[in-house]
This record gives sequence, C-alpha cells and structure tokens, in this order.
Amino acid sequence: MAQAVPSEWQYVAGAYLVVFVAVLAWVAIIAAKLQRLQRQLGELVEKARDRG
Amino acid sequence: MKLAALTTALMGAALGLIFFYAPTDADQGFSQRIFYFHVPIALTSYACFGWGAWKALRYLRTRDERADLESYVAIHQGVIFGALTLITGSLWAKASWGVWWTWGEDQLVLFLVLFLFYCAYFMLRFSVEAGVQRASMSAVYALFGVVLIPVSFLAIRLSKKFIHPVVFTSHGPQMAHSQFFTFCVAWAAMLALFATLYRVELAGKRIDGHLRELRELLS
Repeated sequence: MAQAVPSEWQYVAGAYLVVFVAVLAWVAIIAAKLQRLQRQLGELVEKARDRG
Repeated sequence: MKLAALTTALMGAALGLIFFYAPTDADQGFSQRIFYFHVPIALTSYACFGWGAWKALRYLRTRDERADLESYVAIHQGVIFGALTLITGSLWAKASWGVWWTWGEDQLVLFLVLFLFYCAYFMLRFSVEAGVQRASMSAVYALFGVVLIPVSFLAIRLSKKFIHPVVFTSHGPQMAHSQFFTFCVAWAAMLALFATLYRVELAGKRIDGHLRELRELLS
C-alpha cells in the first residue's frame, strides 16, 4: 500500500527549496563577479604591457 | 577547494539523514523536518555575527584593514543566514501553528530585531566614505550588535508562552539520538557552508582591492 503524502509537505519542500535557491543565487553572483575580475585583470595586463 | 568538497559531502549527508534516517516527530509530524535546517541556519547566523564582532574587536585593537574587511564579510554572511532563518521559520510556523508570523513570540521578534540591526550595519557602512572613520564606526556597531545574540538565544527560555518549541534545555537536547545526530550533521554542514562562502567572498573582495590599487598605480 502506498504511503500517504503528508499534508504539510509543501512547506517542508518550500523551506529546503529556499535554501537551495539562495545558495544557487550566491554561486551565480560570485561567478559573475569572478568574470568581471578576470576581465579587469586582463585590461590591466594589457595596460601594463603597453607601458613596458 | 577541499572546504567546498567537504561542504558538499556534509550537505548531501545531512539531506540523506533528514529524509531517510531521522524518524518523523510524534508531536509535530513531517513539518518538524524543517527543524534540521532552520535551527542550524539560525545558529550559524549567530556564529557569523559573533565572528564579525570578534574581527571588529581585532580591528579596533590593531587597526588592521584586513580585520575590517573580514568583519564586514562575516556580517554580510550573517545577514544572508538570518534572512534564511526568518523564511524557513515562517514556513515552519505556517505548517505547525497555522500562521506565517506571530508578534507575541519573544524569540521571533528578537531575532527580527537582531536581523534588522545588522541590516542597518550596511546603511551605516555605505553612508560613510571608505577609510579609518568608516572602519571604526562599523566595528563599534558590530560589537554593539553581538550583545543581542545571547538575548535572542535566551529569550525563548525566559519567555512564559513557549509556543516556540524548546529543544535544548539545561537537561540536554530533548530529542531522540538519531534526531540529535542528524541535527549535528546538518549544523556541521551549515558551518562548513558559511566557512566556504566566507572564504570565497573574502578572496573576491581582496582581489577587487588589489585590482583597484593596481589600476591607480597604472593610471
């Protein structure tokens, strides 16, 4: 016999989903920041090469 | 990298234990499983604010700019964990009590006060020009906030209402061994998550600072 799904499952799922989405958003923000830093570093290396 | 791998492993273990090992609570039923994330997140946010205050104290003693940045990053992480505490707590309240929020609960209100206090930290920090004055003001503010942590933690024990469940009393944890073990793994996972996020954010901020310095030198 299949086990009945608890009525409050959506709140439990919601709570765990919120944490998962928050961590995912944080990783996305850090990835975007890393790309920006990489680009800026590349620009500075170019600038330094032009000087030297 | 090792820390990130450890965090992933702990998080996976915690989720496995929560949904396949820990028994369903006889009193609260399935919704009690929110406890295994909600309480560790709340305790981790206290740890973040405490770490931020410790770094603030170090800044005031040594005037080391690195301590100021570390304090800022720890408080930033604390606010993220604090927001997650409020959201997961609200979902648990709706499942258990039938309401999203209740103003009559000291624990909830005090945690909200603590959260808003640290949200205001950013308003203060970004309203002052970067420099010694900003770092000193931020450090003093971070130290004031840490006083609210024991008040928030003890409020539930001093409260006369006790709608909010009390799990840790002077007689130890009021739960089965399997539940306590699951809770400990989940808490370790949250602390590892904090350590990972803290280190990555700090590294990003430091690189940002070095690039700014380099740009000034080259211009």
